[in-house]
Amino acid sequence: MSDLDLGMNDHLSDPFEWDDKRKYIRGKVLSAEQLEEIPRFGRYLDVDGDGITYRTIPGTHPTKGSFFTRGSSRDEYAAYTEDGTVYARNMARLLKKWDTAKDTVPAPYLYQQKNKSPYGLIFFGTSTYSAEEAMDIMAGQNIVFDALRLKAFPFNKTVEDFVDTHERVFVIEQNRDGQVRSLLINELNANPQKLIAVLNYDGMPITADIIMAQITKNLSPVKNLMYQ
Amino acid sequence: MTYIRSKFRHPALPKNELGYTTQEYEGAISTLCAGCGHDSISGSIIQACYEMSIEPHRIAKLSGIGCSSKTPTYFLGNSHGFNSVHGRMPSVATGANMANRDLVYMGVSGDGDTASIGMGQFVHVIRRNLNMVYIVMNNGCYGLTKGQDSATADEGSKSKKGTPNPFQPIDLAGLALELGATFVAQSFSGDKEQLIPLIKEAIEHPGFAFINVISPCVTFNNNPGSTKSYDYVREHIEATATTDFVPEKKEIITHYEKGTGTDIEMHDGTYIRLEKLAATRDPFDRLGAIIALQNSRNRNEILTGLLYVEPKTSDLHETIQTSERPLNSLGQEELCPGAGELAGINQGMR
Repeated sequence: MSDLDLGMNDHLSDPFEWDDKRKYIRGKVLSAEQLEEIPRFGRYLDVDGDGITYRTIPGTHPTKGSFFTRGSSRDEYAAYTEDGTVYARNMARLLKKWDTAKDTVPAPYLYQQKNKSPYGLIFFGTSTYSAEEAMDIMAGQNIVFDALRLKAFPFNKTVEDFVDTHERVFVIEQNRDGQVRSLLINELNANPQKLIAVLNYDGMPITADIIMAQITKNLSPVKNLMYQ
Repeated sequence: MTYIRSKFRHPALPKNELGYTTQEYEGAISTLCAGCGHDSISGSIIQACYEMSIEPHRIAKLSGIGCSSKTPTYFLGNSHGFNSVHGRMPSVATGANMANRDLVYMGVSGDGDTASIGMGQFVHVIRRNLNMVYIVMNNGCYGLTKGQDSATADEGSKSKKGTPNPFQPIDLAGLALELGATFVAQSFSGDKEQLIPLIKEAIEHPGFAFINVISPCVTFNNNPGSTKSYDYVREHIEATATTDFVPEKKEIITHYEKGTGTDIEMHDGTYIRLEKLAATRDPFDRLGAIIALQNSRNRNEILTGLLYVEPKTSDLHETIQTSERPLNSLGQEELCPGAGELAGINQGMR
């Protein structure tokens, strides 16, 4: 199916569902009462060590809680500063926030409870169905893969473990440069030789045939692909 | 660089209805060049908000990028502020306004920020009639990057380097009128008597209120040959009318002679008073305003004052019929109809 087919036709999804137990979470927002209890509000002040700072909604409190969002460097209280140590402190705080995000973004989907193969597939988004089809066909040929579907970035620990516990990981994506593979190398310090790029960038959607052809090329010499 | 500003204020400073002095409306000390017209405009915004007794935390100040867009740091220090991306202030203002219709939105932009990089956003915020004040601090040059001509520089106007600008200028007030803005004014940073009432009127206006303020750049565009210099503007200024803002609660000030002015009733019962109105000028006549603006340009004059107003107008919230309560105050009970309702909707599609 081409991109034009996708764009010009209706596609039915399963009916949406809503769990009435779910509650809206609006993040770390301070109310007027909470602002009263603190001596001074700092928009970029990390008070609980996760790198994520509290915010306020405009109009909340007459004298506390306002801040100025600016493009230039600022201190923990959103005030303009050119002090390099303050800037570095903010950058370190953002790194902490990045680490916190790894555990709060949606976890990846694992296709197996425990590893069955020394070879793994990583894919995401619109490559998913083609990758699943390729796995099914190859399983019929006794070539078995473990698989992981990415759902978010930054990568959480599950992704790191998946890469670490496989001898070779095929990263399936639809761009010329293997951008997610680069992210895996940069973020997880993974061995580049272990991550094999499976790419499609001819303007047509990736197919199971394309995936299988590129994987097969990188599987020689063929060895036992299933743990006993 | 470090600046220290004295926090001392005279104990006898007058207070407004809220018990605040102008100090509560001030911001950080300005880092703009000494004599910059933008600082005068900041002073006018402070004075207007103080005199109107607006609670500072009920104002949101927004800007793009440039010397002008730095100014929100220098006024209304107790208000939320957002220094956004170059030319993108209208989008941020639209989002904020949609989330909370109860605040006063004070947008500040420059001639580069509005007439070049942000032109697309400017025209669309006008056609949507977002309820906000949009002030352009117009100096005809890019002061933050050493004074290159901007899109509002007049043809033939010389910058500090002495090269005449070869291009036609964009007339922002004319453009706003053409696009259907419901409040269009023009002023000069050096004329606070005119500018402060205009800002007050703009705040009261229930839709998009545009004020183009000629604001000389003392460092890069205040030289002989420039049409945005202090001297040039003072020599070529022409006022449509003297304006004043009359709050609902106050008696009409007596020093205006009856019959010499026109009172324009605003949506909330306040009045804009136009004094010494030229016989040929009608503030409700859009076409007349466009012609008056063109005529003054042909005479190399800068027409200032309230050019056009449509007092009873519908803002974006009314047009798209949003809820009366600010959206950001609605909770899950109001926003989420629940699984049962969703199942009914799904069933209705079968």
